[in-house]
Amino acid sequence: MEEMLREYLPILVFLAIAIALGLILILAAVVIAVRNPDPEKVSAYECGFNAFDDARMKFDVRFYLVSILFIIFDLEIAFLFPWAVAFKDISMVGFWSMIVFLIVLTVGFAYEWKKGALEWE
Amino acid sequence: MAEFFTTTYLGIGLTIVGQVFLIVIPLLVCLAFLMYADRKVWAAVQMRRGPNVVGIYGLLQSFADFIKYIVKEVVFPAGADRTVFLLAPMITLVLSLIAWAVIPFNEGWILSDINVAILYIFAISSLEVYGVIMGGWASNSKYPFLGSLRSAAQMISYEVSIGLIIIGVIISTGSMNLSDIVRAQDGAYGIFNWYWLPHLPMLFLFFVSALAETNRPPFDLPEAESELVAGYQVEYSSTPFLLFMIGELVAVVLMCALVSLLFFGGWLSPIPWLPDGFLWMFVKMLFVFFMFAMVKAITPRYRYDQLMRLGWKVFLPMSLGWVFFVAFAAKFQWFGGVFARWTVGG
Repeated sequence: MEEMLREYLPILVFLAIAIALGLILILAAVVIAVRNPDPEKVSAYECGFNAFDDARMKFDVRFYLVSILFIIFDLEIAFLFPWAVAFKDISMVGFWSMIVFLIVLTVGFAYEWKKGALEWE
Repeated sequence: MAEFFTTTYLGIGLTIVGQVFLIVIPLLVCLAFLMYADRKVWAAVQMRRGPNVVGIYGLLQSFADFIKYIVKEVVFPAGADRTVFLLAPMITLVLSLIAWAVIPFNEGWILSDINVAILYIFAISSLEVYGVIMGGWASNSKYPFLGSLRSAAQMISYEVSIGLIIIGVIISTGSMNLSDIVRAQDGAYGIFNWYWLPHLPMLFLFFVSALAETNRPPFDLPEAESELVAGYQVEYSSTPFLLFMIGELVAVVLMCALVSLLFFGGWLSPIPWLPDGFLWMFVKMLFVFFMFAMVKAITPRYRYDQLMRLGWKVFLPMSLGWVFFVAFAAKFQWFGGVFARWTVGG
């Protein structure tokens, strides 16, 4: 416990200092700089036109698809990390199980590709 | 006196705070000059002179820019969600800074020597997407919204191949601790012991993925000036904008540090009889940053569909294939065990 605290406490302190730094910079501009908003200045930028409607609109479902694919592969990588660290100690069974897992993943990837989930026109 | 700093809570706390400042302050000062160097390289390639007014040869340009940012008005666009609007640049800055807690600069020169260092950096860089997407959403404007969507999709796409490339390096080392990874590259042949040689294809993949991950040209699609003006940063001004800029550049320098640690042996000397040290790490990072700057200056911007195709259809299969290759090469010790460093000592 003591040792873990020694290792992770600096990260917490770093986090606090980084947050403080960001706050100081933002507050500095809020305090020092003049603020003189008018309706034209604060209107959303749309190449000189008045904004047509709310900007939080529908967006292409492909972005959603990409993030789903990302979650699958990122989880995969999260599985690979402990295996890679223990690589020199694991037996042949451990080695081949992960290879089978990777092959299943590759088959899934090929299926996605074939189905056109990776197409982007 | 020495006991005070190693035994009492206050002493330990003060030591940590001092160490954090020892990382943050030189980093931010270096950043100012790197920003200047970036612009100078870009200018030199285009036969311009670049910044040359403030200070000798324009060396103080970044500091002048800093003061300019501070005295500019903070504009909140109409309909913006103020909290999220300010939170987004904060997140970008904080996340890119705290990743430096686990970077070793020399043997023992490390703030937090945790044994899951790479996993930590990987997690932090995954979270960096939030700054971008929150900034784009909170602005309540169309260009930032589209820019942030694009940027998020781009960052997470290349995250995957970066992860797989790192897996290859971990298999070769058997540890996620960055100091261990550097030590594993130590050996009798100096520069030829480093991972760039066995992992050469992945060095290029990692470099290009790092460009895409940090939204650097030629993958600066989110701020494609000709179509989206400046992507998710359109509505930002003053220091919130500055925080985005610093955050991005710190992330770039972090990628430089990672390339030198993972592939170029960190603080190890390239020539066996020269002493190792921080200077080598510094030189390697500068070299990688120079490459980043040159790529920015000489390559045309990618189109978005080309970018996604490159990420998912080229980089992902290649890095996945490389994980297979490294796994077999390390397990059955092909090529005299160069992929299994624990067998050849070091």
